[in-house]
Formats: sequence, C-alpha cells, structure tokens
Amino acid sequence: MSNILRVQELSKSYRSGSRDLTVLYDVSFSIPGGSTCAVVGPSGSGKTTLLGLCAGLDHPSRGSVHLNDTQMDLLDEDARALLRNQHVGFVFQNFQLIPTLTALENVMVPLELRGESRADLPAQAWLDRVGLGDRMDHYPVQLSGGEQQRVALARAFINQPKILFADEPTGNLDDETSHKIVELLFELNKEIGTALVLVTHNLELAQLTQRIIRLRNGKIVSDELNQGQDN
Amino acid sequence: MNSKKSHFTITDPWIWKMAWRDGRHHWQRLFLFLLSIVMGTAALVAIQSMSDNLKRDIDEQAKTLLGADLVISSRQPFSSEVESFIDSLGGKQSREITFASMIYFKKNNGTRLIQVKSVEGAFPYYGALETVPSDAAGSFRQGGRALVDHGLMLQFGAEVGDTITLGSHSFVIEGRLQKVPGESAATQLVSPPVYISMRDLESTNLMKRGSRVVHRVYFKFDEKVDMDVLSEEIKPRLRAYQLGYETVESRKANLGKVFGDLYRYLNLVGFIALLLGCLGVASAVHVFINQKIPTIAVLRCIGARAKDTFAIHLIQVLCIAMLGAFLGAAAGSAIQIFLPGLLKEFIPVEVNPYVSWNAILRGLTISLSMALLFALLPLISIRKVSPLHTLRSTVSENNSRDIWRGVILVLIVAVVSIFSGMQIGRWSYGIGFTAAMAVVFGLIILIAKLMMRLVKTSFPRSWSYVWRQALANLYRPHNQTVMLMLSIGLGTFLIVSLYLTQDTLIKQIAIADSGKQPNLVFFDIQTDQQEEAEQMVRSMGAPVIQKVPIVTMRVAAIKGLTMEEIRKDSNSTVPRWVQEFRCTYRDTLTNTETILSGHWGRPVVGQDSILISVEKGMAENLNVSVGDTIVFDVQGVMMTTIVGSIREVNWRRVQPNFFVVFPTGVLESAPQFWVLVTRVTSAEMSASLQQAMVKRFPNISAVDLALILRTVDAILEKISFVIRFMALFSIGTGFVVLIGAILTSRFQRIQESVLLRTLGAVRKQIARIMGIEYLWLGSFAALSGCVLALLGSWALAFFVFDTPYDPVIMPVAVVFILIVGLTVFLGMFITRDISRKPPLEVLRKET
Ligand SMILES: Nc1ncnc2c1ncn2[C@@H]1O[C@H](COP(=O)(O)OP(=O)(O)O)[C@@H](O)[C@H]1O
Ligand SMILES: [Mg+2]
Repeated sequence: MSNILRVQELSKSYRSGSRDLTVLYDVSFSIPGGSTCAVVGPSGSGKTTLLGLCAGLDHPSRGSVHLNDTQMDLLDEDARALLRNQHVGFVFQNFQLIPTLTALENVMVPLELRGESRADLPAQAWLDRVGLGDRMDHYPVQLSGGEQQRVALARAFINQPKILFADEPTGNLDDETSHKIVELLFELNKEIGTALVLVTHNLELAQLTQRIIRLRNGKIVSDELNQGQDN
Repeated sequence: MNSKKSHFTITDPWIWKMAWRDGRHHWQRLFLFLLSIVMGTAALVAIQSMSDNLKRDIDEQAKTLLGADLVISSRQPFSSEVESFIDSLGGKQSREITFASMIYFKKNNGTRLIQVKSVEGAFPYYGALETVPSDAAGSFRQGGRALVDHGLMLQFGAEVGDTITLGSHSFVIEGRLQKVPGESAATQLVSPPVYISMRDLESTNLMKRGSRVVHRVYFKFDEKVDMDVLSEEIKPRLRAYQLGYETVESRKANLGKVFGDLYRYLNLVGFIALLLGCLGVASAVHVFINQKIPTIAVLRCIGARAKDTFAIHLIQVLCIAMLGAFLGAAAGSAIQIFLPGLLKEFIPVEVNPYVSWNAILRGLTISLSMALLFALLPLISIRKVSPLHTLRSTVSENNSRDIWRGVILVLIVAVVSIFSGMQIGRWSYGIGFTAAMAVVFGLIILIAKLMMRLVKTSFPRSWSYVWRQALANLYRPHNQTVMLMLSIGLGTFLIVSLYLTQDTLIKQIAIADSGKQPNLVFFDIQTDQQEEAEQMVRSMGAPVIQKVPIVTMRVAAIKGLTMEEIRKDSNSTVPRWVQEFRCTYRDTLTNTETILSGHWGRPVVGQDSILISVEKGMAENLNVSVGDTIVFDVQGVMMTTIVGSIREVNWRRVQPNFFVVFPTGVLESAPQFWVLVTRVTSAEMSASLQQAMVKRFPNISAVDLALILRTVDAILEKISFVIRFMALFSIGTGFVVLIGAILTSRFQRIQESVLLRTLGAVRKQIARIMGIEYLWLGSFAALSGCVLALLGSWALAFFVFDTPYDPVIMPVAVVFILIVGLTVFLGMFITRDISRKPPLEVLRKET
C-alpha cells in the first residue's frame, strides 16, 4: 500500500527573542495507508509540534510533508484546509467540540463543509455507532468527557478519512473511560481502513499500534515495529 | 478534488445555517454590541426625526407663520407715495402699528413693558388670534378694549373685564390672548403682546417721535396670485422705498436658519453618541472574537476555509447590527415624539410628531455602515486564526501586516468625515472633526505607550508585591493596556468635550446677572422729561448709572457712494440691514470702549468737520477706515461726517452701546430721546420705580433686565436640557464602551489570577492587584481624556467661537472621578468570580 503521509527532513524552530529555538530536527518517516503508528516521548519532546506539522496546521522551518501525495507546504491555508476536510480526521486531548453546536451538528460539520446537503443522516448513524444515539441534541457542556470524545470520534470518522491524527486522546479522561475510547478508536480505524497517528506519552496505549516512533528533544531516537502487535 | 461548494461564501446556505446554529443560544455574547448600536442609532434617528418634524410642521403651517401672504413694514409712517404703491398692490389689506410701551394694571398698580399692537382690518388672514373667550378676537376691534397676553395676565393676576392703561388711555380687558399666529411662546415671554384697535391709538398719546414704532401692512391676495412672481416684481420698489417685507417663503427660510444651528449642534451630539457606540462595537466584537477563537480553530482544522469562518461571524454580526439598528430607529422615533414637547415654546408652529422615514433611513444607513466598519476591524482577524489553537492554548500569532486593516481604517476615516460633514452640514467641519478625532486617537495611543515604557523602565522594585504585580500587568505580554486606554480615554474625551463646548455655547448667550451690573433701563424719555426722570430715579435711592441721548438716523452715503449705488453693487460688503442707526453723542469714552485707531473726536465748534467714532465690526461691514466720509440723514438733515476713530466695544456689558458715536456740539438740537440706566436692589423697588415713572410719563418704557434674564435663563435651561438629554446617549454608550473594554481584559486577568491563586495568593491580594491595575488604567485613561478635552475646548473657544475661555473644572473633576470609580468598580465586578470561586471551577467555566 502507498504511503498516505511522507515526512522528509522536517525541522521546526521558534524565534524567541534573538535566539532560534529548534524543537524538531530532521525528522523523516512515512506512514502507509491503513497502518497504525504511535509517536511517544516525554513532555516537551516535540510530539504536538510534529503532529501540527503533519496535519498542515503549522509551517515547517525546513523539510516537507506529503499528505496523500500532495506536498502541503506548497499549498495555501485554504487548500490545506480542503485537503484536511477530504482526507484527515482529528481527535484532540480536550475534545474540541464546538460549544455552540449540538452533538449531531458537531458531527455534521465535516460533511457540510464538503457541500453535502443531507449530512444529518450519516451523522445520526455515526452517533448511533459511537453509542450516543439518544444524545444527539445535547450540547457539549451537557456531555461528560468520555461522551464528548465519542462525539469527536464520530466527527473524525464521518468523512472516512485516509488518516487520523490523535493528540493524547485520553489525556483528559479517567482510566476506564480511556479504555473504552481507545477500544472504539481502534475499532473504527479498522472498520474504515484509516491510517492512525497516535501521539501519546502513555506507553500502554502505544503498545496497541503496529509501530512506535520515539521522540526525544526533537529527534527520532527509535522507529520500530511493535513486537507485541501482529499485523 | 470534488467541490460542490458555492464559490461565493456568502451565498452558500450552509454558511447561513452555521451562523444561525452557532448564534441561536449565544446572541447575548453580542449584547453589548447590540446595545451600542441601539443607542447610537436612537440618538441619530431621534434628532433627525425631530428636525424633519419641525420642517414639515413649518411647511404645513407656513401661511399661519405670517398670518398673511405678504407683510410690508417700515420704521416710518408711510409717505403718500408709499401709500399709493400699497394701494396699487390690491388684495385684502390690514394695518398694524407696533411699539413697546408700559402696561399699567389699575387693580394692583402692576406695570410692565409690553408690545402694543394696534390693528385695523381682518388680520390674521391665516390662523387665528386664539382668545378666551373666543369671540374676544373679533370684539376687541370695536375700540376701548384690549386683548392681553395670557402669561402677562397670570403674572399680574388680571381677569377679563379688568381695566388697564396704555399711555393716557384706559382699556377693558376683552380677552386672554392664548396664541398669535407665527409667534412662539418664548418671544411672548420676553415682550408680551397687547392688542388694541387702531382707532384707540391716537388717544394713548404714545406715538411720539423717537419711539421704536413699526408700521405694518398685511396682505392677502387672491389664490391665483403667484407670490414668487409678485415678490420678485415688487422687490425693487420695496428697496427703493426702504420698506421691509416678508413673505411666507422668506419667513420659512429665516426660521430654518434659526433652528438649523441648534439642530446642527444636536446632530453632532447624536453623531458623537454614535461614534462612542462604534467604539463599543469595536470592543464588543473584539471580546466576541476572542471567545470564538477555539471554535474558529476547530473549524479550520476540519476543513473550513478562512473566508467561511469569517463569513459565519460576519453574518452574525450583521444580523445583530441590523436588529440593533432597527430597535434603535424605533426607539429614536419614539423619543422624538416626546422631545418636541420640550422645545414647544420656541417653535412658532403646532408640533404634530410623525414618523419620519427619511430620518429612519438616514439613521439606519449611517449607523449600519459605521457599525459594520468598526466591527470589521476586529472581525477580519478571524481570517488569521491558526488551526494550531486546537493543539495549544497559546499560539504565537503571525503578525504579518494585513492590508485589509489599512483599507478598513481608511474607509473609517472617509466615512466618519462624510457623515460628520453631513450631520454638521459642512464638509470642511466634518474633515476637521475627523482630523481632531484622529489626533486624539493617536495621542492616546502615544500616552498609553509612553506610560507603559515609563512603568517598565522606572519600575518601583522596592514596592510591595501587590503593587509590583499590578503595575507589571500593564506591560506584560498580552496586556490590553492600549485597548483599554483607547476606549476609556476616547470615551472620556468625547463626553467631557461635549460638556465643555455646551457650557461655552450656553455661557456665550447667557448674560451674567451679577455684581453691580445695571438691571433697569428706561427709554423713550423725551428731552423735556429727562431732568425730572433722573430726579425721580435718584429720589428712590437708585443711582443713575448712565443717561444717554439717542438720535435715530439713516446712512445716506459712504465714501461718496449713495446707499442706492452701494445696494446695486453686488460685491458690496455692506449688509442689507444697515439702514437705520441709533447714535449717541458724548465727549468721553466709556469703560467698555477702547480706541483701536485714529483719535477720539473733539467737540465740534463752528465749521469744524465732524469726527465720528465707528465700532470695529461695523467699520468692517461698512468697509470704512479712519479718514473716510459717511453722510447721515438725520431725520431730514444731511450731515457729512469723517471717521475719526475705530473703537472696540465690549458688548457683553449690560449698558447701551453704540455702533456710531458723535462728538458733542452737533446733534444736541436734533430730535432725540434718552435712555437712563439704573440699578435697583429688589423686585419691589423695581416695581414701584416703574409704576411711578409710568404714572408721571406714560410714554416712558422700562426694561427690567432681571426679568428678561430670568426668562432667558428659563429658555436656555430648556435648550440645554435637550442638549444634555442627547448627551445622555453618549454617556450611556460610553458606559457600554467601558464595560466592553473591561470585558476585553477579563479572560487574560482570569488566567493570571487563577494561576496566582493556585500559587497561594489570597483572595484579598488578587482583588487588590486587580483594583490597583484598574485604578491606574482608569486614572491614566480618564486623565488623558480630560486633559485632551480641556485643550480641545480651549482651542474651540479660542479659534472658533472667539470667546474668553474659562473652563468649568468642577464638573470635569466629577467626570474624572466617576469614570475612574466606574472603571475600578466594573473591573472588580466583572472579574469578581476569580477571587471568590475555587480556581479550577473558574478555569473550567472559561474554557
Ligand atoms: N510557540 C512556541 N514558541 C516557542 N517554543 C515553543 C512554542 N510552541 C512549542 N514550543 C516548544 O517546543 C517544544 C515542544 O513542544 P511540544 O511539541 O508541545 O511537546 P510535547 O507535545 O511533546 O509535549 C517545547 O519545548 C515547547 O516549549
Ligand atoms: Mg503535546
């Protein structure tokens, strides 16, 4: 299978005052379609920075990112947004549901952005799928953290993305809820055939993926297939 | 890439759907925005409606303004030549002779200066003299009876049937006079009218030479007569005969001018309220956008284009703006129904409030376009919101210059110039106003930056922690110092400026009734009466402050050109009204006069040339300087004079002042009357002196300045009430701006304070830090605003109104304290949760 994501010699530095602070050095790797991969490392090692660059949310200082064979840094902001809408799903640590929209409406947004007129039917189906069929008209504040993350999952999968980025998806949840969310995440991932890039400092969680990339101080210190995981 | 999406964002139904979904339960977030627009629009629409209303009423009742189609007037009795001209005009005619005189109420010895109007014929032809009983308006014409002004009768407790005396003739009061067509209640307050029949005029013996008598003929023409054509036709003759004339059209135009100034000022006040509203708009939208950043970031993340997110919020802002503008227009229309009631007494027509669609349309256009532009300023930053906000709470924004920002700023300047010009009625003033605003804007930003620099560089390291923390808040990253300084400072500036200019304006009209100023003036004293009159005043214990002779004359020629020649010259600067002069003669300057050039004239002996002294402004009008000749027609005798000096006169002093002063030795034998100025110490003294004088010399009139001052005061009070009422809108919007400004800084403060609390700061410390910060900000901002306003109003008084500047410091100080107090209070109030609730709860609520 071809690579959905190709990262080449990616570097990122921030200007702080007169000094340049480099937080990512020459990172290269590729993600084949449909595969799962964890990016692990201690806090501050550059995981979130890397994820932001992979998803085209930020500009690299050097290097390139190819998503679905399109070089992202050659696109303008809107073109990248469109690319994300077509091929990318997101799950965030703090859920990031739109507070003014109901659960259903939150899930509908990605389809509606594509111009689909009947987004409500698939959105209802997806909410059913994540077990929130009876909470469709609730607002995010009326839902628990776990429920919010389920809505986020439904929103992330509804456009059948080729790749899904998850930044510490269980970071704000208790163990039991985390467990259920992770289960659901992997289930859906398999169902849709989406590639999954999971950023976490939780090694237990990382063990569920096929491949683990370790980051330290902005550099890849190891990139290996997960022993305990059979393809 | 498939794209079923519409290319034009704003026509994409999804954008509208999202705008609705996102906004439906959260429109309160734009409440301040709404409120700002409502108040700004209401102020504009109220004022515009009021002036439209008045215009319409004047138009509709135009004919009753004059009571006739044409009025011809003269200070002299009509010559036989003029009489035959009047005859030739045809139509229905009636006559009126008007002059000031004293009324004397038999019942209680009351006296007062009034306007005697003796009439003959069927005037008024349009409208009616409204009287109680109503048939009195006809029956008084039979003679021996009078219609007396309603207010005057109240003042002296007079009843219908009582006897009054005018000069040497007694009259029975036939009716109370409620309303005269074309006269406003205010003019009737100053000099109340008393109507008598023309046939009684002779026997009053009041028609002595020198009195200010006006002879009028009222005309009513057949409806077929085109008044425009007729008045063009007869104009040359009227001029030649030196007759004054008024048509319905000219009366209308004059009234328009009088009210125009008041309305222009009120329009500006309304515009300032709107401008403040726009500040509110900008800060409210700024707060709104800050709250919406996470949502915008998520939308960007899952594929919304920058313009999609921009359009969603633009639609929300637009809809609220529309709602606000419509509510404001409705409120404004409602207010104007109540406002003209306040002005009723100055308006010579009946006021019938109606909904002015013109005012509403104009108000909506101005306020919507202004509000939209001011909202766009923060709104366009939506386009720059990075999707990275989903991953991090703080993102270093790219500070690349946005050319749209520049474009919007230019548009704002253009639109403010155009609309303020439109409101004031002069483009140059609009540009000046905008430039002044821009300068103040820049200065406040400069002051804010300097203040931050100052606090940073000379930081008081030895001060207590609370103070250091509070002061450091002013310049640390993400501070809102400039934004807060700008809205509070600019708001203060506008409100204080408004107050100060209004004060200057009102002071300019008001005459101070203080100290040793004269307060009782007798005039129309005949030469053979002056000695005895002076004695009477002295015998009552009142001083004779001034006794001056007055000679009435006309200008016949200036620098060798006759008045006819001057009038024909279209380039001439000599105003039309320069006709009749009331001059005096004396050998000394008074203490209100200073010689600017030339020499004060010597008394004329024998064949000396006559050196007169001309007042500066009049010299400019007549275009004469020292050495030029002026020929006066002194009641038939031609007198050639030479301008000997130019004088400056302080007109603000209460005493007879003159444009032209003759030397002694010339006019002593000319027909003349005298004016005597005195000062009485009580109302009783004033009344008894007037009574004695009127009894002895019925032709002498008295003006009680204290009474006039009280009347003028009452009028000014009402005008300033209207102005203050409009300024109230500004204060209201200013308040909204303040809340908006403080809300802007709320989120920042909350995060910091929660942090401090988790680090162990006690509630009191946090409250104190915040109190000190807002105190500091509020004082700096309000002080800048006040100082700039004082400078501004000084400049205005100095350059525009040309009046001595003496600002009222107390109210400014009160405004300052109020604004600082409000800032601190609101600051503490809006952020009160922070110090009260557990840190985590606060954080969760805010994110
Ligand atoms: N806007 C920024 N400016 C400067 N440094 C930043 C910025 N954003 C992140 N960093 C730095 O980049 C490094 C990596 O951060 P991050 O990617 O968030 O790490 P992780 O997600 O692995 O905890 C950190 O040291 C952080 O301080
Ligand atoms: Mg991270």
